[in-house]
Amino acid sequence: MIALLARDLALAVRAGGGFGLGLAFFLIVVTLVPFGVGPEGGVLARIAPGILWLGALLACLLSLDRIFALDYEDGSLDLLATAPIPLEGVVTIKAAAHWITTGLPLVAAAPVFGILLHLEGAGFFWLTASLALGTPALSVLGTFGAALTVGLKRGGLLLSLLVLPLYVPTLIFGAELVRRGVAGMETTTPLLMLAGITAATVALVPFASAAAIRVNLR
Amino acid sequence: MSEPPLVSVAGLAVARGGLAVLEGIDFVVSRGAALILRGPNGIGKTTLLRTLAGLQPPLAGTLSALPEAVAYAAHADGLKATLSVTENLRFWAAVYGTGSIDPALNAMNLSALRDRPAHSLSAGQKRRLGLARLLVTGRPVWVLDEPTVSLDAASVALFATAVRAHLAGGGAALIATHIDLGLHEARVLDLTPFRARPPEAGGIRGSFDEAFA
Repeated sequence: MIALLARDLALAVRAGGGFGLGLAFFLIVVTLVPFGVGPEGGVLARIAPGILWLGALLACLLSLDRIFALDYEDGSLDLLATAPIPLEGVVTIKAAAHWITTGLPLVAAAPVFGILLHLEGAGFFWLTASLALGTPALSVLGTFGAALTVGLKRGGLLLSLLVLPLYVPTLIFGAELVRRGVAGMETTTPLLMLAGITAATVALVPFASAAAIRVNLR
Repeated sequence: MSEPPLVSVAGLAVARGGLAVLEGIDFVVSRGAALILRGPNGIGKTTLLRTLAGLQPPLAGTLSALPEAVAYAAHADGLKATLSVTENLRFWAAVYGTGSIDPALNAMNLSALRDRPAHSLSAGQKRRLGLARLLVTGRPVWVLDEPTVSLDAASVALFATAVRAHLAGGGAALIATHIDLGLHEARVLDLTPFRARPPEAGGIRGSFDEAFA
């Protein structure tokens, strides 16, 4: 399983691997928003938590269709399905590799991007914390969507439609956590909800993803 | 008493796209034996091999090959273009928990290419790398789907040698192919008589028909 993670990370950072794609997209969203809504600091600071979370979510979505599509095209998915690793393990590793190449850079870069949107002082901690807690759920749910659409040509649209509703709870509680953190309000409820959503998806969704792949490989 | 065969199939029917393509297949493959599957295009050779590899359930009949015993090689080699020959092979060796990749590289005459990225290999060299993967799986039953596509005569001979060594080591092989591999000791099974009858003629209805009837 470690070999699979190492291979996926090596593929991501080599030519054409798509590492940094999500980060670049996130940067574009965050730099363009002030041009769109105007440079007034108060407005930007108010919408910053929502925009930052939305940007992270869309950046995550951007690279989802590659999770299984490349392995499906070159035949490695068939070979992985017949390999000694259980398919549930394969999809978990795939989700982990997606998070490391997409979610983790977003978590690390979010404070810097927060400056561009006039995020207030207390928000930086809560933004990083909420993204660190929430983005694993985005990767795991995205892996499920990618597993459902793996055999389809140009399945990206269907994938987005399937996955976006599943992202809504994470988006609501993630952005809410940052908003409450900035306002100095009590943060326990959204924090626990966000952590709970992530824990539940990481524990349960890989089984659904593996089942979807088994059906799609038939 | 002799040990049970590695693969035994009785009354097997397989379906592609929800429609039965082959039915009533019976065969047994013991240790040290090879079975060559022949038949025209579209008869269902690939479907049968995918069923044996555990990638899809049989429509009917029994199948006693353990998926854990099978190493499957499809039309596609499953190579990653940006990884080198050794990286590709080391990955599969790690997945299957086997040791050195050097015997496999030597057996498939890839040692001189070991540091080349897979995208710079020719079609035949890629195929050889795909076949070298079988050698690092350490699994007893090889299920091979047209393994010799794009191989030259020397490489086909190399492949036949590898299969013979595998059989001599107590393995077994099921090979779907259209060309003569030079494996004269192998049994040949022509699949044409097992073509599935249409449902109107009393054949098995596939799952697709059940769902949409």
